[in-house]
Amino acid sequence: MKRFVKNYIKYRYFLRELIKKDIKLKYRNSVLGVLWTLLEPLLTMLVLVLVFSSLLGRKTENYAVFILSGRLIYSFYSGVTKQSLKSIRSNSGMIKKVYVPKYMYPLSSAFSNYIMFALSLLVLLCVALTQKIYPTVYAFQALYPLAVLFIIGLGSGMILSVMNVFFKDVEYLWNIFLMLLMYASAIFYQAESVINETNKYIFKLNPLYCIINSFRHAVFGTAMESWDVMYSGIFSISVLLIGFIVFIKNQDKFALHL
Amino acid sequence: MSEYSIMAEKISMKYRLPAQKVDNLKEYVIRLLKRNLQYKEFLALDEVSFNACAGDRIGILGLNGAGKSTLSKIVAGVLKPSCGKIYRKGKIAPLIELGAGFEQQYTGRENIFLYGSMLGYKKEYIASKLDEIIDFSELGDFIDIPLKNYSSGMKARLGFSIATACEPDILILDEVLSVGDAKFRKKSEQKVKSMMKEDTTVLFVSHSLSQVEAICNKVMILDHGKCIFLGDVKEGIAKYEEIIA
Repeated sequence: MKRFVKNYIKYRYFLRELIKKDIKLKYRNSVLGVLWTLLEPLLTMLVLVLVFSSLLGRKTENYAVFILSGRLIYSFYSGVTKQSLKSIRSNSGMIKKVYVPKYMYPLSSAFSNYIMFALSLLVLLCVALTQKIYPTVYAFQALYPLAVLFIIGLGSGMILSVMNVFFKDVEYLWNIFLMLLMYASAIFYQAESVINETNKYIFKLNPLYCIINSFRHAVFGTAMESWDVMYSGIFSISVLLIGFIVFIKNQDKFALHL
Repeated sequence: MSEYSIMAEKISMKYRLPAQKVDNLKEYVIRLLKRNLQYKEFLALDEVSFNACAGDRIGILGLNGAGKSTLSKIVAGVLKPSCGKIYRKGKIAPLIELGAGFEQQYTGRENIFLYGSMLGYKKEYIASKLDEIIDFSELGDFIDIPLKNYSSGMKARLGFSIATACEPDILILDEVLSVGDAKFRKKSEQKVKSMMKEDTTVLFVSHSLSQVEAICNKVMILDHGKCIFLGDVKEGIAKYEEIIA
């Protein structure tokens, strides 16, 4: 444990460099630069609002804020897992030639995605204000789902990065799973409008839905539901623990399989 | 134990070469069901043991595929041996396949910080050595141009300059003294010599017997993963010449 901490401190600066590289390269050579982080969710939201409320004639209150809050959380999760999944394989050149603690690669993906995600929350704030939804004391609750989101993102990313070293097609399977997850997380419809006794478990056992639901409660100024809080917390910490163990157990084999 | 800076005890390195490489889940499952998962094993290093005191300069000789690079990577910590133990003491500078972590879209200057951090340098340390590194690499104004526009010689020079910007206790050299043009090669040889102080331990992998003779005080010969000789330089070189003759 002591060695672990010492090693982390030695390579702390490397972690920072990796995060910086991720963010810098994403927007280098683009005219709008970091503005894209803000524009992208805004435009997606506009499309969804247009399709669902104008064309399909759904009447949901505060639909724009509703969609955006779900969509931002989902896209963080899908972004961070997709990137961590590739993190070991795409850095294989370094891993085979220089020693660094290997968990730095998925960890840096998690951090850089989280920083972008935090920025895009500004868009949510602006949209909410224009819709006359003002933050209340309940807004502080948002810290909890946001923390849980980071934990589950990092944990899943670590597991996936290991699997992708040994099996290349995990990437395609994961993309399909992510699509399924999107539809099962009630991002552009209200769970209440489709929920019944037989399909209730789809939502209640889906940690991402629980996180999104808690976050929406915080945004709209109501108290979070205790099941969501407990379940998402326990699930995420378990995923992180499993991810960590799987990673540590397999990391010495990476150089042989890449 | 304390007087040694490197202690290797019966290091073996086994690579598992799948008879036909299985790297996706689909094929893995199919083969698992057919009970057709066969692996061939390949022993790259076979119970190699050696000790090096501070100040020892060991030349490692051997034909291609003898396990030289595997050994230097194990000492550098990149690979973990399948069995056996290795102890290392002090700061290690591995000069193996330089420039492996360069980012093509970054400028040379940005790459100095990225690559330096990967080697475990601190930010302040890199900043203090920045001018020296740029100077030594002879890149001049190219330092602020993205790496993708560099020639391979320029990249190699930059990699060498960054990796040698420290004062290591253990120096691992794996055929890096053939970087760049003749002029730079001469300069890099001098640089490496200046890094070898009295108490620096050196592992030197090379095919050049004259370089080994000039630098080392001990020679190890590897043959198909086995250490077949470890000892005096002159004796070792004579023996190696017998093998290649």
